[in-house]
Amino acid sequence: MKYRSVFDIIGPVMIGPSSSHTAGAARIGRAARHLFGREPNYAHIHLYGSFAKTYKGHGTDVAIVGGLLDYDTDDPRISEALKKARAGGMKVRFHEEDAHTDHPNTARIKIGDDDGELELVGISIGGGKAEITELNGFELRLSGSHPAILLIHNDRFGAIASSTAILAKHQINIGRMEMSRKAEGEQALMVIEVDQNVGDSLLSELERADHIIQVAKISD
Amino acid sequence: MFRNVAELVELAETEGIQISEVMIRQEMKVKELTRDEVVGQMEKNLDVMEKAIEDGLKGVKSHSGLTGGDAVLIQNYMKNHTPLSGQLLMDAVSKAVATNEVNAAMGTICATPTAGSAGCVPGTLFAVKNQLNPTREQMVRYLFTSGAFGFVVANNASISGAAGGCQAEVGSAAGMAAAAIVEMAGGTPSQSAEAMAITLKNMLGLICDPVAGLVEVPCVKRNAMGASNAVVAADMALAGVKSRIPCDEVIDAMYKVGQRMPSAFRETAQGGLAATPTGRELEAKVYGISLKRE
Repeated sequence: MKYRSVFDIIGPVMIGPSSSHTAGAARIGRAARHLFGREPNYAHIHLYGSFAKTYKGHGTDVAIVGGLLDYDTDDPRISEALKKARAGGMKVRFHEEDAHTDHPNTARIKIGDDDGELELVGISIGGGKAEITELNGFELRLSGSHPAILLIHNDRFGAIASSTAILAKHQINIGRMEMSRKAEGEQALMVIEVDQNVGDSLLSELERADHIIQVAKISD
Repeated sequence: MFRNVAELVELAETEGIQISEVMIRQEMKVKELTRDEVVGQMEKNLDVMEKAIEDGLKGVKSHSGLTGGDAVLIQNYMKNHTPLSGQLLMDAVSKAVATNEVNAAMGTICATPTAGSAGCVPGTLFAVKNQLNPTREQMVRYLFTSGAFGFVVANNASISGAAGGCQAEVGSAAGMAAAAIVEMAGGTPSQSAEAMAITLKNMLGLICDPVAGLVEVPCVKRNAMGASNAVVAADMALAGVKSRIPCDEVIDAMYKVGQRMPSAFRETAQGGLAATPTGRELEAKVYGISLKRE
């Protein structure tokens, strides 16, 4: 079953006009913000397919930037997001891409500041639901419907076991789990979808676990 | 978990409960939430719908200038004339239009099931309310009943215009509304299913052809037609009229029609009204202004 909750059908509450071009776009931006962990100084937003063709009229641009400012899909400040971002010192640039992508509503977001950079690709799959398909060059499939923990770790034995042991200790149930790596023995990414939102203490415990380099979470 | 309309109706009938109750209980189970939490979240959605109608009836205008102000015109007409199609029907139409005008103007709405089709369910709800005087709880139940039927369509067919044409979006929304009207008016679960089937049958083949690619023309007015279709089908079902084709088969037919629809008619702005001379002119006008860089 693609849809499990009645609130996927009656909802989300959102700023119009399009659930896929506005609400889904805001969720992609917000996922980038949460993974980066702070407000970025700059954002390069590459739009593909239908996003590239209709983003001005649908407010896809303000929605993604609203997400980068940590606004939810129903935050009325979304329509002012570009101004707010500029006022806060964020440099935003949009790039309309011609390249063909697997999904018609695709955005590639590159954000950063003096301390770091993050690049992700998100797709908006309809009805306000969004998925993250790439993070810093790692392929992944992240549905927005469950909270998720992302762990960048060294590709070594024991990395997965030490992380899942911590989740078990905190009685957190894993709904879905996925691993990807760029090359054997190098950096890898673990994506763990869980049933409930997790606290910061758990995240810092994960950060101290064997072979873990960086931890981020996406809330429901 | 119910997988189709037949199972949904059977669950309601064997337990002797309403469709809305089946949906509430399923949501509690799937999300591990209490009844208060589930109902409370839906109440918030109801508040958003009510506010959107209020805003739309005050008059709004979209950024492109393509839509806005029609809900006000219809309400004024109702005050000064006797609408040929009746007060309730025109009230539902004006409120469906109001919701979608607010959506087009980047106001706050509740996607039901999507943003482009957000007018049908609240439009009919707040029009029927004036006649049936439901309690707040019954109004919330209206949304759960709509959601139950939308849930079946979303999982077995599609609620996306890009995937299945406008029949999947406004068609589904109208069918959801019809089923909910029946329950609020005291009809049986199977009458709700008949109303859903009759409505969706009459929306089959509806293309998604947004002018300039935007959710405005023809979407706003299609929500009006979806809402009126829903009211008529609900009345027919309450009168005892049955759909000769069972609801689940209608949903399946809708899905198959959508799959065979050329991509020009599935939200690409390449066909239908979007490809008319005026549609193209409006598109050029919208992007002539908006494509300029700041």
